[in-house]
Amino acid sequence: MAASLGRVCKFGLLKSNYGTLFNQQVHNFSTTNQWSKGRKVLLACLGVTAGGISALIYALDQSVKAFDQVAHPPNYRWGFYGIFSSLDHRSLRRGWEVYKNVCSACHSLDFLAFRHLVGVTHTEEEVKAIAAEYQVQDGPDDTGAYYMRPGKLSDTIPAPYPNEEAARAANNGAYPPDLTYIINGNHNGENYVFSLLTGYCDPPAGITLREGQYFNPYFNNGALGMPQIIYNEVIEYADGTPATASQVAKDVVEFLMWASNAEFDERKKMTIKVIGFGLISLPLVIYWKKLKWTTVKNTKLLFTPRYKRQ
Amino acid sequence: MANFLYNVLFKRSSTFTVTILVGCFIFERGLDVITDKIFEQVNQGKLWKHIKHQYET
Ligand code: HEC
Repeated sequence: MAASLGRVCKFGLLKSNYGTLFNQQVHNFSTTNQWSKGRKVLLACLGVTAGGISALIYALDQSVKAFDQVAHPPNYRWGFYGIFSSLDHRSLRRGWEVYKNVCSACHSLDFLAFRHLVGVTHTEEEVKAIAAEYQVQDGPDDTGAYYMRPGKLSDTIPAPYPNEEAARAANNGAYPPDLTYIINGNHNGENYVFSLLTGYCDPPAGITLREGQYFNPYFNNGALGMPQIIYNEVIEYADGTPATASQVAKDVVEFLMWASNAEFDERKKMTIKVIGFGLISLPLVIYWKKLKWTTVKNTKLLFTPRYKRQ
Repeated sequence: MANFLYNVLFKRSSTFTVTILVGCFIFERGLDVITDKIFEQVNQGKLWKHIKHQYET
């Protein structure tokens, strides 16, 4: 123990005593001091221009985005925004209720299977019961015929319409998109969908809506093919949470956030793990770097021109 | 202590390999357990683990 402690404490030994000599060496080894003045000036100008253009592009990108006729959603303070914060699974459970009772009339959730809900929003028994409420097509059986059977854990969540054409025909030509990846698929998805669901209002003067269109300032150009479907008390929650419009919208968005990012909680946990591992390995890496460089930094090169030699 | 460790564990490649493998296992498990603890502490009441008792029969 004493020996290894001494080794660690004599850490300082690894420090090279480079003073002016080392700096001098760096200076001598550098090739830039052979450049002509013009070349240096040219390169400096080039660097400044490139940096300037990048800064300008960044500033333009960050400035007011006023090209589209659309309201930008505010950033809400979601509970899952912290670097270590998980999704709220009580909210996810209510969000599934909202999807099932409201959104599933028009929107599919094609990339989610019932089994994905197990251990996230419901127990296995509950999900089996939920799946059994659906009728899914299976087959072919012995006679080559397709038949309907109650859903199983392994089935994907059945879609409301058999295909896009049927969906359009039922919704005045507008296609209700699949909701699985809607949060990741839209810029600032969670705030956008929340604002969209709660943001319906009367159209301002000068905006004409076609049959089956509804005004929503958060939708590009305002004319949305989806009617307002979220009101206070639109559903009743099984856990007794008051179903205000904003609560319903928040829960369904949190659920869709999970649908888009099934590994969300795992990722947050990994953040903690990586930070922990990083803190442990940082001193080791620093020590290793010093160890390797100590020879380089302590090496002294001496050049004696031939005429000075005897 | 250091000498003991060196002679018993690090000196021969065979024992060194075993040391690395066992060390990795213990380290990884330890880090996982600590991480889970912190994660559950930070997200107290939000995880499925914390609410499932309400729904299990
Ligand atoms: C009456 C049927 C109907 C219901 C119920 C419904 N939607 Fe829609 N939804 C639509 C249609 C139709 C569109 C396509 C609108 C368009 O493209 O103009 C749409 C579009 C959307 C969009 C995409 C907007 C975009 O940027 O393109 C989102 C997000 C959305 N719905 C979320 C939901 C959520 C969440 C629910 C449940 C709370 C829900 N919808 C319930 C019919 C519905």
